[in-house]
Amino acid sequence: MNTNEHVIEVTGLRRVYGGGFEAVRGISFHVGRGEIFALLGTNGAGKTSTVELLEGLARPDGGRISVLGHDPYTERAAVRPRTGVMLQEGGFPSELTVAETARMWAGCVSGAGPVGRALALAGLTARADVRVKQLSGGERRRLDLALAVLGEPEVLFLDEPSTGLDAEGRRDTWELVRALRDAGTTVLLTTHYLEEAENLADRLAILHKGRIAAAGTPAEVTAAQPSRIAFELPEGYLPGDLPPLDELGVCGHELDGRVIRLRTRQLQRAATGLLVWAQRTGLELRRLDVRSASLEEAFLGIAREASGDTAAGGIGENREIGEIGENGENGEIGDAGEAEEAAA
Amino acid sequence: MSGVTVRDTGGRAARGAVTTPARRMAALARAELTLLGRSRSTLLTAVLMPLALPVSLAPAIGGMHVQDAGLTAGLVLLPAGIGFSLLFGVYSALTVIYTARREELVLKRLRTGELRDVEILGGSALPVLATGLVQSAVLVAGSTVLLDVPAPKAPLLAVLGLLFGLVMCAALAGVTAAATRTVESAQVTTAPMVLVSMACSGMAVPLELMPHGLASACALLPLSPVIALVRGGWTGALSAHDALGAVGTALAWTALAVFAVRRWFRWEPRR
Repeated sequence: MNTNEHVIEVTGLRRVYGGGFEAVRGISFHVGRGEIFALLGTNGAGKTSTVELLEGLARPDGGRISVLGHDPYTERAAVRPRTGVMLQEGGFPSELTVAETARMWAGCVSGAGPVGRALALAGLTARADVRVKQLSGGERRRLDLALAVLGEPEVLFLDEPSTGLDAEGRRDTWELVRALRDAGTTVLLTTHYLEEAENLADRLAILHKGRIAAAGTPAEVTAAQPSRIAFELPEGYLPGDLPPLDELGVCGHELDGRVIRLRTRQLQRAATGLLVWAQRTGLELRRLDVRSASLEEAFLGIAREASGDTAAGGIGENREIGEIGENGENGEIGDAGEAEEAAA
Repeated sequence: MSGVTVRDTGGRAARGAVTTPARRMAALARAELTLLGRSRSTLLTAVLMPLALPVSLAPAIGGMHVQDAGLTAGLVLLPAGIGFSLLFGVYSALTVIYTARREELVLKRLRTGELRDVEILGGSALPVLATGLVQSAVLVAGSTVLLDVPAPKAPLLAVLGLLFGLVMCAALAGVTAAATRTVESAQVTTAPMVLVSMACSGMAVPLELMPHGLASACALLPLSPVIALVRGGWTGALSAHDALGAVGTALAWTALAVFAVRRWFRWEPRR
């Protein structure tokens, strides 16, 4: 067995599309055996472009990839029997039934388990004779996932596994992914759901415009971010009327209409100082919102730093626009973000 | 969704078989055969058209002076029928299949697995290639019984021609699919090859009846050597020089098409 515990190693990875658009701009990371690693990012951040290179679907334009000790593109035959892939969408003929699709795939996978068990795992036993085109979006994702793990792969690539699923379907998917991880499978997934990355990932990297903006365990990434206090400025008060912010341990602030947001790495000190001041002055701080750093804050902070406030709006929402462009070769990726940047 | 079996990370003993190229292609071909049976439009163009066209061509042949070239109506219709089968049953049908699978992201999904590219294209083509073979057999049987076509004098040439035709048409379908954006537009993108072949490759009008200069130019078209080899297989009138020339032309087109597929085939939709 491979004693090298880095099942996936990526160094200086770059991908440039036909139109000259650089979707992946020199990223490096590694994934250990039995780890769930999430690539988190907005649409157009380069997640799919990256994962397609890891799957060996395209040749990188720079950098190196090692999956299970092999180059997934040039040493395809050595890697493929040991990996499973779930693409972002589609991939099965719409006129085949679920059972026919599973049978076809089983014939193409080394060490495939019984088709019936895979369908049961996906909760599709009762739908075996239904054509793929008649399945709901969630059923299709479940079929896709069941077939991706049909050969019990050592490494599993999941491109937005829970997009289009309802809350229950998403929880089922998480449970399955955890069970696979516990059985030793290494999982690399992409997601634009913060909740998913926070709940599922052992480690994660936040991709932004083709670069890794932050990486580590969810706790590490979160810890690097400041906490936040927001409230409505009382009538007649200006930010300058507040107690000296640096003495409160506040490291930055911004005003959004009447709402002021303070950023701090010493949340208790800042909150206490502020509330004591308000009490003494006899003020009521309306719409008071005190929150410690979260992955969401980290994410919004990264998106804000790079491209202005509005670009951050998409995360956590099921924003489908621009998703398709990520696969394209005509440099449409990130257009939305750039337009927003220009507008900001 | 719980109950995932724990396996030893040391290997996959006690699991199902390791796949082989043959097994993978068979699985793919079986799925494609099922899909072929479910696609009415493909069935119509791929299965019925090639068998119906020779019948409609028959009256026109009567008006030609085919006897002058030492031919009979049967010896014109049989190669023409096989040509139709290759054009509609294999070339056009497979262009649609490749395009449809690409647009549905099936090709991309298949490429994530153990199948090699050539297995994906080959396995997907197997049902229509089999259709082409069966149609040719039906045409041979039909023309033998109905048109008094005698037994082939050089059957090896005919078989060689048919095999070249099948492989070449499959490869050309891959090339055409690369230039075809949607299933609907396949009718347009396949038209040049279909029309030029029908008019100039010795199907409707045997090259033997054309002026010499035109005939030698037409002989260089992709399907011309296929028709020449099939007809020559029956008449036995193809000289060794001409047979070698036809094989060379067929080989060149096949190699060119295979190269073009390797170079330009698209595995994902253009977006």
